[in-house]
Amino acid sequence: MSVKQPIRPSRSRLSLTQREAVYAYVFLAVPLLFFAVIRFYPAIQSLRLSTFTWHVDPARRTFIGLQYYEELLRNDVFHQALINTLLYAVITVPVSIALGLGIAILLQAVAKGRGVFRAIYFAPYITPAVAIAWVWGWMYNVNFGIFNRIIIEWWEFVERIGLPWLAIEPQRFLRDPEVALPAVAVVIIWQQLGFQVVIFLAGLQGIPRVYYEAARIDGANPWQLFRHITFPLLNPVLVFATVITTINALQLFDQIVNINFTNQGGPLNRTLSIALYMYQEAFGRARMGYAAAVTVVLFLIILIITLIQLRLTQRRVEY
Amino acid sequence: MLRDGARLRRGLDQSVQPQGRRLNGWTLLAYVLLTLGAVIMVFPFAWMLISSFKDAREVLSPAILPSEWTLANYIEVLTRTAFPRWFLNSLIVAVLNTTSVLFFCALVGYVLARMRFPGKNIIFIAILSTLMVPTEMLVIPWFVMSVQFNWVDTYWGLLFPGLIPGFGVFLMRQFFQTLPRDLFDAGRIDGVSEFGLFLRIGLPLVGPGLAALGIFAFIGNWNAFLWPLIVVQSASMRTVPVGIALFSGEAGAAWHLIMATSALAIIPVLLVFIIFQRQIIEGVVLTGVKG
Repeated sequence: MSVKQPIRPSRSRLSLTQREAVYAYVFLAVPLLFFAVIRFYPAIQSLRLSTFTWHVDPARRTFIGLQYYEELLRNDVFHQALINTLLYAVITVPVSIALGLGIAILLQAVAKGRGVFRAIYFAPYITPAVAIAWVWGWMYNVNFGIFNRIIIEWWEFVERIGLPWLAIEPQRFLRDPEVALPAVAVVIIWQQLGFQVVIFLAGLQGIPRVYYEAARIDGANPWQLFRHITFPLLNPVLVFATVITTINALQLFDQIVNINFTNQGGPLNRTLSIALYMYQEAFGRARMGYAAAVTVVLFLIILIITLIQLRLTQRRVEY
Repeated sequence: MLRDGARLRRGLDQSVQPQGRRLNGWTLLAYVLLTLGAVIMVFPFAWMLISSFKDAREVLSPAILPSEWTLANYIEVLTRTAFPRWFLNSLIVAVLNTTSVLFFCALVGYVLARMRFPGKNIIFIAILSTLMVPTEMLVIPWFVMSVQFNWVDTYWGLLFPGLIPGFGVFLMRQFFQTLPRDLFDAGRIDGVSEFGLFLRIGLPLVGPGLAALGIFAFIGNWNAFLWPLIVVQSASMRTVPVGIALFSGEAGAAWHLIMATSALAIIPVLLVFIIFQRQIIEGVVLTGVKG
């Protein structure tokens, strides 16, 4: 092969970019295969499975269109799971963000021991949710749990000092259909609070002190400082925390299964989450197609809520 | 100018002096509230430990502390269950998985941040879009696949879903993008291979990103429950979370044993956390800010 002198530089530059592209695809080969087979194909497969009756042998699955989705519209247990899951999000997200922000602001006010406090608040976040759920399940135990023991001690104490109207009734916690879901929500909040504290504290520390000094010279009170400096400048972090904790709440599984192991999702399905419902249908009753339809709905809910939240919160950044 | 600023600041400090005393009151209040909160945060761990040192009778009695602190529950759990095996399984899966996550996320992140090739944006958006799909939507097809290829009850079966998380790719890409272009151009001129540019020039400069990603991959794997619960069927392949869940489920009202099991699952994580506290928290901040 003969190479003419004048075009040599341009030729070699071209081959350099080509060479780079070839290498890029060589490096991406295994990862792209992974994403195609382990991420994309299963997502599409779930959509497909949700329109077929289930059988281990693909040849014996029959197409039924949207029948499973129609069943979801009618199924009371699914409705309960859906309501519960939204309730988990509606309770845990605002409470843990408010508490997390409050604690982060308190932490910023103290100089000594900040690191120790931060570590204590954060520790539950990285411990296994399964074990955490068993520990709380034990504390919530109706007959022998520590919470009811404290309630009874308190009762006896207030009777002794002559203020019986301060007494609280012992609770049935996870066995009471009205109390069970909030009781589980407390566990979720307790476990993820540290995450909020850590990212809010970092966000607060990123706000330049001069802003506060300038505003104070202008005579701003602490609430105005929070309202007009802290809150708007912390907005990106708040958006991030809201999106993450909402998605986590919509996917609750580990805690729900383990906190009430002998009656998972109970009592009366009042703690049942969508993820647990999916698991029970797919792996307890072998209704894979129906369970796949449940997961498609979950996907759509997460998608819609994420998009709405990003829209709403991005608008608020304006001022 | 500078001196004016300094004087202004000094003046400011003086002007807030009376407020300063009131601020001390606020600081005291902050300490009180924070301590109260910290007690609430620590209490479940403390109660778990206290319960785990009681015997079967005492754990159900109203006494707060055990009359005799006993390790019998731990010995019983460790000998009666396959806990050491679960621990080993979790360790194997977490180590292999973390290795894969670090290597592949860094490689893909590097390629997407630093190399020029057609189709780059489409690939990046495709990988990002996998973040929107919840795991729940994937476990049924994963299980069908695992049955088909005999991956049920194998380490590979436990491993394969998390080999390259899209989030890790995104994170590493962000890190590689901050590196100066000249560095890689200089390397190219010196004749460093494309893989060498990634391995010897890029990788050493994204240490904080790798540390954060590695810690999260490891902890995430260690705590994972949904997929291991599905893909593990024999007792010997259980990971720690699956093992303690199923054992505790069988233990009935043996709360002294259940609390010992929970403690065995939680204590190693807390120890790792105490040792790597700074890195872990910085990792959360880093991913929180970057993500």
